[in-house]
Amino acid sequence: MAATVEQGKGIGVAALRKEDRKFLTGRGRYVDDLKLPGMLHMAIVRSQFPHAAITGIETSAAMAMPGVTAVLTGDDLEFAAGVPCASNPTGQMVHPTRPPLAKGRVRHVGEPIAVVIAADRYTARDAADAVEVGYAELPAVLGVEAALADGAPRVHEELDSNVGLVLAHRTDGVDEAFARADVVCEATIRNQRLIHVPIETRGVVADWNPASDELVVTSSTQVPHFLRTFLAIVCGVSEAKVRAIAPDVGGGFGAKLNAYAEEFIAAAASRKVGAPVKWIEERSEAMLATCHGRAQIAHMSLAATKDGKVLGMRAHYVQDYGSYLQMLTPLISQLTFLMSPGAYAIPEVDVKVTNVYTNTVPTDALRGAGRPEATHAIERSMDMLAGELGMSRTEIRRRNFPSEFPFTSAIGLQYDSGDYGKTLDRLLELSDDRETFARRREEAAARGKLLGRGLSTWVEVCGFVPSDVARNALGLTPGGWESSTVRMHPTGKATVITGTSPHGQGHATSWSQIVETELGVPFDDVEVIHGDTAFAPYGLGTYGSRSLAVGGTAVHLAATKVRDKARLVAAQMLEASPDDLDFSGGVFAVKGSPDKRTTIQEVAFRAWQAFGMPEGVTPGLDETVFFDPPNCVFPFGAHGCEVEVDRDTGKVEITSYIAVDDCGNVVNPMIVDGQVHGGVVHGIGQALYEEAEYDSGGQLVTGTLVDYLIPSAADVPHIETHRTVTPSPTNPLGVKGIGEAGTIASTPAVVSAVCDAVGARDLDMPLQPMKVWDAIQKGGAR
Amino acid sequence: MIPREFAYERPESVADAAGLLRSHGDGARVLAGGHSLLPMMKLRLAAPETLVDIGGISSLRGITDAGSYFEIGALTRHADLAGSDLLGLACPVLASAAAGIGDPQVRNRGTIGGSLAQADPHGDLPAVLVALDGEVTAEGPDGTRTIPARDLFRGFLTTSLAADEILTAVRVPKAPHSTYVKFNRRAQDWAIAGVAAVVDGDSARIALTGVGAAPVRAEAAERAFWGGNAAEAAARAADGLDPPSDAAGSADYRRHLARVLTLRALEEAIGG
Repeated sequence: MAATVEQGKGIGVAALRKEDRKFLTGRGRYVDDLKLPGMLHMAIVRSQFPHAAITGIETSAAMAMPGVTAVLTGDDLEFAAGVPCASNPTGQMVHPTRPPLAKGRVRHVGEPIAVVIAADRYTARDAADAVEVGYAELPAVLGVEAALADGAPRVHEELDSNVGLVLAHRTDGVDEAFARADVVCEATIRNQRLIHVPIETRGVVADWNPASDELVVTSSTQVPHFLRTFLAIVCGVSEAKVRAIAPDVGGGFGAKLNAYAEEFIAAAASRKVGAPVKWIEERSEAMLATCHGRAQIAHMSLAATKDGKVLGMRAHYVQDYGSYLQMLTPLISQLTFLMSPGAYAIPEVDVKVTNVYTNTVPTDALRGAGRPEATHAIERSMDMLAGELGMSRTEIRRRNFPSEFPFTSAIGLQYDSGDYGKTLDRLLELSDDRETFARRREEAAARGKLLGRGLSTWVEVCGFVPSDVARNALGLTPGGWESSTVRMHPTGKATVITGTSPHGQGHATSWSQIVETELGVPFDDVEVIHGDTAFAPYGLGTYGSRSLAVGGTAVHLAATKVRDKARLVAAQMLEASPDDLDFSGGVFAVKGSPDKRTTIQEVAFRAWQAFGMPEGVTPGLDETVFFDPPNCVFPFGAHGCEVEVDRDTGKVEITSYIAVDDCGNVVNPMIVDGQVHGGVVHGIGQALYEEAEYDSGGQLVTGTLVDYLIPSAADVPHIETHRTVTPSPTNPLGVKGIGEAGTIASTPAVVSAVCDAVGARDLDMPLQPMKVWDAIQKGGAR
Repeated sequence: MIPREFAYERPESVADAAGLLRSHGDGARVLAGGHSLLPMMKLRLAAPETLVDIGGISSLRGITDAGSYFEIGALTRHADLAGSDLLGLACPVLASAAAGIGDPQVRNRGTIGGSLAQADPHGDLPAVLVALDGEVTAEGPDGTRTIPARDLFRGFLTTSLAADEILTAVRVPKAPHSTYVKFNRRAQDWAIAGVAAVVDGDSARIALTGVGAAPVRAEAAERAFWGGNAAEAAARAADGLDPPSDAAGSADYRRHLARVLTLRALEEAIGG
């Protein structure tokens, strides 16, 4: 019998993460660990005002400080283009220009105005404080209502108004649906502005070699290849001379799915001063100047029959873009638009998104990126509709789930596969029945606690994205494929080069599992290289829960191609026909003659020797595949949350959380559980704690982690994770994304539970105790 | 998150430390656990020219049972207070307040003396000291003096300590029927409001955190408590209060919390 890999770590095994040893022992290598000879440090002078003309920049005091090499303003650094935006949903949208360093005008507090290059970080910061900027304040636009008001000052004079883009889609029968409805349920639902708060802030080391004119940029990014392309465009240099590296990256959540002004400035500054330049973002800078997320208001209206069938939906979203377009700013509310009906077969829709500029930091992708907004709006609306109809929140959902898959929504998206009733059934099996819950609720009331429970039945679109969909439906500059190389070495080990760029997701582990399954090369013999444009042919990076469905599939296909070639070489070695070989556990064996066998490692050695290769077969076992998915994937699930609210203070405690998710086939169940845990906690953060706030003067008042609250380990509940498995037909692995699922699902589930506890129809997030206590006072809670 | 340049001194005696404070004048600040001062320096909200780190003065650390009271060195960490069986039994208000300060990292570095000298209106220990009617020892170039709690806290981040005085010790009476109840949004946050309650037979001393620029004695509640009436006391806990209004809590909400938390604290203290 052919040998098999003992105690294998192939697909489906909860293998411990091979990258964790370095992280857990403090041996990760992040941008700030990089120290180059002669390296200088950059500090940034940022706008103090939300909207102002710059009347002068006095740099002499800073220049006079010992250790200062240069003080550079927008007049000192030349760029071939502005900070890029790669999203134009209609193709007609005007992208306002934004120089990396402000030229004459600033449009949000924190916008870069000048930089100091100095011998160390401390000197750089001191000198930056010594730069005096003259401002002539201009009227600032704060909040979407102010942006849309008649006579509002304009954020961008080159545009006719503060409206950057309107997207609309309307089916023919929507008015008729509302006319014949028994009930119309209306609500305004707010997704507050959020900040990402990765543990590692942004950081970059730019090293422009004056001799070779080559530029190496090491950056804490999710998208090194995009960064390289944009560095070439913005800095006006050959892309062939640019190398971008994402070293170990300490979290992103979308904040690093971008090409930022600071990255271009560091590169240009390095060229100007002729030395490597490092910039490490301070935490308070990260709050102030890294893109924010969410900041969307939804005006929802559902038309339904009295037995709970939703006939039509009107949804009007107003998105705050902030002051400029970052890389994917317009895409975010477009994704809300596309997922507006959520998990429900709503036949008629009238959906509109109005996107406006304000004098705040730009908004862009934040874990879930448009889908949490859509999900929260539709899930809260379904709860409210259930309340108006006197129907249970589970039943109203069940009556509106699609009955067949693939399902094409009224927006036109084709949901690849699903069984939404199954995850809901599983959630209900795992939850207390009505009578038990009612009894516990009474017991809790006796000790001053209001019990409530809530749910969400979520679906999202991820696995971005078929390239023609990227162009035709989304208006993106790049496509959505991914690349991978699988290379067998002469000694039988394997290297995977992936275009994905993990920053916490565990790709080294999961990609090794895929290779072990396809090639029988043991998990520990596989090395995964990522995040360096010098290695991968090109990679689109890690975001939008795409890496496994697109990048993992590319790994699978490259490994398959290696195996197919190895079969030809093995057949020659075994003097058999390729069709007569069985392959299992890394061993080729002649059918019916199991003693005639050779291993994939032996084949790799022979292919390297290239002795006696079959006719037409080239040396080596080294295959590269580009995979362009035929569709996105649509993971889904049902999350249930139980809360205890302190009747006298309004404080919410989550006492139970059950997640039932379906992300298709699972490569590593432990990693999937971890993604769900992190995602759920992130969504709890939005529901209970987080809100980025500007005051009436346009100053960010939540500029530190004392004011911007993210959940800590002490504040989050035990999270139960369960799964159903409905494979995706979109890729050969049958997988779907899971990185954003928990975030998308948990926010509405928590709000649903708190509203249930206090007897409120809806509550604006975050649900801080004072607000919940107010609701109890007003609601006459049970 | 990058402080301005500063000089650093690490004296080995209180006398040396006081001398350094005097010679450096207003530009010097005492560094104890560093969990208030260092963040302010990193945000450039504070920029002392010289830090006088008293962390090397080992005589300033420890809890001594002195019969009817405890003598506690100023450098005693919150974690030491929280983990002290002595305090847990004989002065639970102090142990319970310390156990709820910040997170484990903060409790492992932060000190009782630093917390009292910082006098943050949302800090927990000032109200505890007021409720206990405790006192602190201050040492300076001109000698040593005792400052009772009622005279120590003067307002927002302000105490009656002179610039060249160092808070070296804290004395609190034993108070077995006492507790601290804190209300915040997350486990490690500053108090939105907090109540220190010390019950002694028919009387109680009650002090509130987070409802003024300094800890506030709830005197009307104390009078109403006479004889052990916790509910009546709680109803009067917000009398005369003028609490701040901010994102965490309106003035009305804080008044409400003062009443709710006072009831909880008194019931727990009586039960304890």
